[in-house]
Amino acid sequence: MARLILHRLGGLLVTLLLSSMVIFGSLYLAPGSPENVLFGNRAPSAATRAAVRHQLHLDQPLPVRYWDWLTGALHGDLGRSMVTGQPVAERVGAGLTTTLLLVAMATVLIALLGLGLGTLAALRPGPVDAGVSVATSVSVTVPPFVASTVLISVFAVRLGWFPASGTEPGFLGSLHSLVLPACALALIACGFLARVTRDALREQLVREHVQTAEARGLARWPLLRRHVFRNALPPVITAMGLLTAGLLAGTLVVESAFAVPGIGQLTIQSVAQKDFPVVQAVALLLVAAFVICNAATDLIQALIDPRLRAAGRNT
Amino acid sequence: MTDATPLLELRGLGVQLPGDGGPRAVLHGIDLTLGAGEALGLVGESGSGKSMTMRAITGLLPPGAQLDGTVRFEGEDIAAMAPSTLRRYRDRGVGMVFQDPRAHINPTRRIGSFLTEALTLNRGLGRRAAQARAIATLSEVGIDEPERRLRQYPHELSGGMLQRVMIASVLLAEPRLLLADEPTTALDVTIQAEVVGILDQLRRDRGLGMVFVTHDLDLALAVCHRVAVMYAGRIVEVRSAERMHEENAHPYTRGLLGSRPAIDHRAERLTAIPGRPVSAFEAGPGCAFATRCAHVQPLCRERPPELAPFRGGLVRCHRVAEIHQETSDGTSSQEATA
Repeated sequence: MARLILHRLGGLLVTLLLSSMVIFGSLYLAPGSPENVLFGNRAPSAATRAAVRHQLHLDQPLPVRYWDWLTGALHGDLGRSMVTGQPVAERVGAGLTTTLLLVAMATVLIALLGLGLGTLAALRPGPVDAGVSVATSVSVTVPPFVASTVLISVFAVRLGWFPASGTEPGFLGSLHSLVLPACALALIACGFLARVTRDALREQLVREHVQTAEARGLARWPLLRRHVFRNALPPVITAMGLLTAGLLAGTLVVESAFAVPGIGQLTIQSVAQKDFPVVQAVALLLVAAFVICNAATDLIQALIDPRLRAAGRNT
Repeated sequence: MTDATPLLELRGLGVQLPGDGGPRAVLHGIDLTLGAGEALGLVGESGSGKSMTMRAITGLLPPGAQLDGTVRFEGEDIAAMAPSTLRRYRDRGVGMVFQDPRAHINPTRRIGSFLTEALTLNRGLGRRAAQARAIATLSEVGIDEPERRLRQYPHELSGGMLQRVMIASVLLAEPRLLLADEPTTALDVTIQAEVVGILDQLRRDRGLGMVFVTHDLDLALAVCHRVAVMYAGRIVEVRSAERMHEENAHPYTRGLLGSRPAIDHRAERLTAIPGRPVSAFEAGPGCAFATRCAHVQPLCRERPPELAPFRGGLVRCHRVAEIHQETSDGTSSQEATA
């Protein structure tokens, strides 16, 4: 097991390093130079432009700039925003708490509703299963921006239960104002997870070893707990890992719709302003989230299935 | 329970499964009784209804299945049992050894958990006590280092060892009836004899009743007192194992016995039963074996034969007496020419 963890950790670092190169390189290869944003409509003299480029280290070759950025990043210095001049870490950090809270709330919703509905549908064939199936079919077709609009108009504007935009002060205030964004963010994933859960449970329920347990006269609940739920976990865990990682990307849309001051909104702003240091940091954060979710998924899988643990030993 | 009550009694047992065009019969009018300590073989090709009979005995029919007739265990109708009584019957009355232990043992749990769960969950036995009994039973089925095995996972054991674990799990429950559903089909040939030997020995030691399902008639004859041959969801012949070789009468039983290679001389070509096995619902109004039978007459296609006594056994064939006459003449004339 320890070996498997080290293995995954190594892979994680390599992935992060490679993706940081790609992110750094692709941004500088994109058309338009960062200093043009600073100059705006003004046409600077060649000397001024050169001076600005030197100040931003844009006159140095790409590998050197990447190296400088990387060593800085490893020391916690992600550079300064080209637009506001604030340290990037500060800008990202301010939004990160809000976004993580939003993602956490959405994950809880997904886990409760997705797993709950999926289990219900699997164990109650007939009308309950059909009802859940219709609900999940609809939910996976509603994109977050549509869900956001509907939720705002019903629960914020008409009923006034939740704020339509921004966040209220304090932790409880944040929680309260993030309910609607979390719902909008979780909707598709809920439906998806419910279907994966239902299918995984159905597959296990007809397995031979479940028949064995039944033939031994085990009561229904211990039988489900020991032989169905646990064995159905792998596909469910994989889906949850991917969905949770995808939620961070989903915050781009939902935070804009609800004007939530988080990473998503920051990303959109920074891209529009070509604030490269901020975009780099955020992009790397998203990649890291994906990679960490994947690694966590793999480790949990190994904990569930002893055969995977053995496979980890052999590599 | 009086001495007259058999351990297991099937009366007119039929099973219908939901199909495309309405329910399809897969078992039809099965009558069988099994006394305590008796071993009964259930022999037939795939699809003949052997496994469905086993499922009906444990009350584990697939969803939507319709049950006709009765299954009585020690006189009690299992279809009429309350859920808790049924669970108790499955826990202590009947134990099932499945065909493929690798599929029938949960791969994510340790062998120890598989062996002890029925004891701890159903009977409230302590973990340590249950483990001690599991270790003792593992030694009984010939598994070395039983303590270590309890901590291992199913994928770390060979198929033969896993089948012994399965047998041990059934013995641990101390049932009165043992059901063995092709317990050796999924194993290597060299392991098969060992596993059958263990099963047979332990059954005798404990005086358990056993229903042994197999497609291997010779194997059934070797370990059972009585053998019932099944075809298309019906029993076509029942006879004591001792008399089966001499007195077999149904054309299908003869086909089965004739289609195995003889040990004492090299066969150029094995005799096969022509055609393919039919399912119960495919059978016409007459005898289900009529489409493949060499002795078929118009009557066979029109009216189903009854299971009737013939030379010490039960045979389901209209022409059994004539066929017996013809073939015994045939053998004697062959012997005369040879």
